[in-house]
Formats: sequence, C-alpha cells, structure tokens
Amino acid sequence: MSYVAICMFLMFLTTYLIRVIPIGFVRKKMENLWIQDFLYYIPFCVLSAMTFPDVLYSTSTAGTEPHITLSAVIATAVAIIMSWRKRGLVAVAIVAVLVAIAVELVLPLLF
Amino acid sequence: MNEFIRGIKRGFPICLGYIPVSFTFGLVAVKMGFTPAQATLISLTNMASAGQFAGIRLIEGGAAYIELIITTFVINLRYFLMSLSLSQKVNPEMPFYKRAVMAYCITDEVFALAAMEPEEVNFPFFGGLMLTPILGWTSGTLLGAIASNLLSPMMQGCMGIALYCMFIAIIIPPARKSRKVALAVVVAAVLSCIFKYVPGINTLSKVGGGGWAIITAAILGAAICATIKEVKRRRKAAVVAAEGREA
Repeated sequence: MSYVAICMFLMFLTTYLIRVIPIGFVRKKMENLWIQDFLYYIPFCVLSAMTFPDVLYSTSTAGTEPHITLSAVIATAVAIIMSWRKRGLVAVAIVAVLVAIAVELVLPLLF
Repeated sequence: MNEFIRGIKRGFPICLGYIPVSFTFGLVAVKMGFTPAQATLISLTNMASAGQFAGIRLIEGGAAYIELIITTFVINLRYFLMSLSLSQKVNPEMPFYKRAVMAYCITDEVFALAAMEPEEVNFPFFGGLMLTPILGWTSGTLLGAIASNLLSPMMQGCMGIALYCMFIAIIIPPARKSRKVALAVVVAAVLSCIFKYVPGINTLSKVGGGGWAIITAAILGAAICATIKEVKRRRKAAVVAAEGREA
C-alpha cells in the first residue's frame, strides 16, 4: 500500500475509534450531577473555543499565512447579529461568505 | 419511520451548511496534490472538518504515521466527549451495532442538534439526522475538488469562514435563551484566546495543529461552568435545609 493510502486509513481508524468507544461501551447512566452538567456544557464550549479567535483569521487568501483580516471581522459581526436574530445555519454561513468577499473586493478600492 | 423523517428534516440545514465547507476542503486537497477521489474518500471516511484539514496538511508534508495519528487524535478528541455525552442520551438497551453506526457521524453540528433533543435520542431519528449531512459533506468535497481551478485564491480564502459561522449560528440562539449557556460560550472563547495569545501559555496552540488548545479550553470552560452550577445547587440545598429547621 502507498504512503497516502496508509495515512488515509490511519486517519479513518483514529477518528472512528475516538467516536465509537464512549457511545459503544458506556451503558450506565451517570448519576453525578456535576458530570451531567459538564457534558451538557461541552458542545457549547468546544464550538466556542474552536470559533474564537480562529474565525478572525479564516478569510486569509488561500496560500498565505493566516492573519486577522477586516473581512473576517466584519463577516463575524454580521454572523453574530444574524444568529442573535435566530437566522438559520445556512443563511448565516452564506451571508457571511458573501460579506467577506464583498469586503475583500471593496477594500483595495478604498486604500 | 416518522422519527427518521423528522431526523432528515432536522439534519438538512446541516447538509446545506456542509457544502461550502467540504467544497473548500476538496479545493484545498486537490491544490495539495490529492486526487478528487482521494479527497472524497477522506471526507466519506472521516466526517471531520478540522481533523481532515490538519490531516492532509501533514500527509502533504510527509509526516510520520505516529505524528498523523497523534494530531488526528488530539484534534478529534472533542468527539470523545460528544460521544460520551450522547451515550447518556440513548437508551441503555440500544445494541452495539446501532451505536457503532451512530458513532460514525458524531460531528460537531449533528451532535449539537442531537444533544438539544428534549427526549432520549433514538436510532431512526439519528439515522435521518446523519443521512443528508454525509451526502452534503462528500458531494461538496467532490465538487470542490473538481472546481478547484475556477475560484480565485481570494474567494477560496473567503469560503473558510463558512464553517465558523455555522458554529456561531449553532451556539448563539441557545446562549440567548439561557444565561448558563451564554456563560459557557464566553468562558470557552476567553480561554481559547488566552491559549493563543498569552506568552508562555500559547505554546499549547502551536502543537498538534491547535487541537490541544481547543480541547483544554473546552474542558476547562465546561468544568468551570459545571462547578459554578454545583456551588449554586449546594447553596440552595443549604438554604432549603435551614428553612426546614426553622419551620
């Protein structure tokens, strides 16, 4: 097998084992309230920690070193406002991308 | 059957949201020298955004197998916590093979929607929930891989924000409803920034593609919030006990 094929298999195996071990083998309901709260907060904390501050770097032109961009800052603000008004996932994602592209297009005209 | 259909309806927005993100993945993968078939296969077998991006970066750089395994492990460690959390939301009697199928598609978004179910999560519902996101994720990758030469680097860059904005759209509405969730979101974000910017601590964000920093910020954040709730619970219990004595 080639290097890439082995690597692809290892990625699959590692990712799947991480996911299957807890749900596959933990059958007891946990009584401890602290653990229940902890597990309740985990998804929010993971998504938040993944998003901030990395989102501000996320529109760097492909092939360049990631840096904070004005387009990302504005698009993030728009996404937060739209989410606050309970717009759906897709609408928020698409509008944010369009806003980022618009800012990237307009910015060179201003300076 | 009803639950399956309800799952599909709930999961479809995730499918749509996955397309720009996986499109970007396909695009980047082909630019790095993977074939469209390889890129699509990686998406189909991993169903993991950040882990996949890190993985192809490492493979392109000719990383050692152990380095690839450790990085994938660390970046995807959050799925371990999500899977553990989900294990508490399924019927304890659910057979292993159903759990093994569900495990395959524990992604950030699919998990978040399943976790917000008020009742127990059943197999048909989760099956419906995961179906269209899998299709969206793999077909988006294929499209991106094929279209890789049509978009300018600036536009490719801008697609990168789609994933994060989906995360924002998932966490903000519940945070608006619940002050506890809002606190969790803010604490985790602040910790994540500390791990990235504070000198000395920020070495954590430089190893394993940033996976350690995220998992540490999330665990600490959730632990802090759970502890605050525990303290409040005890105080309340103490007050109730005191009132009981007075009466």
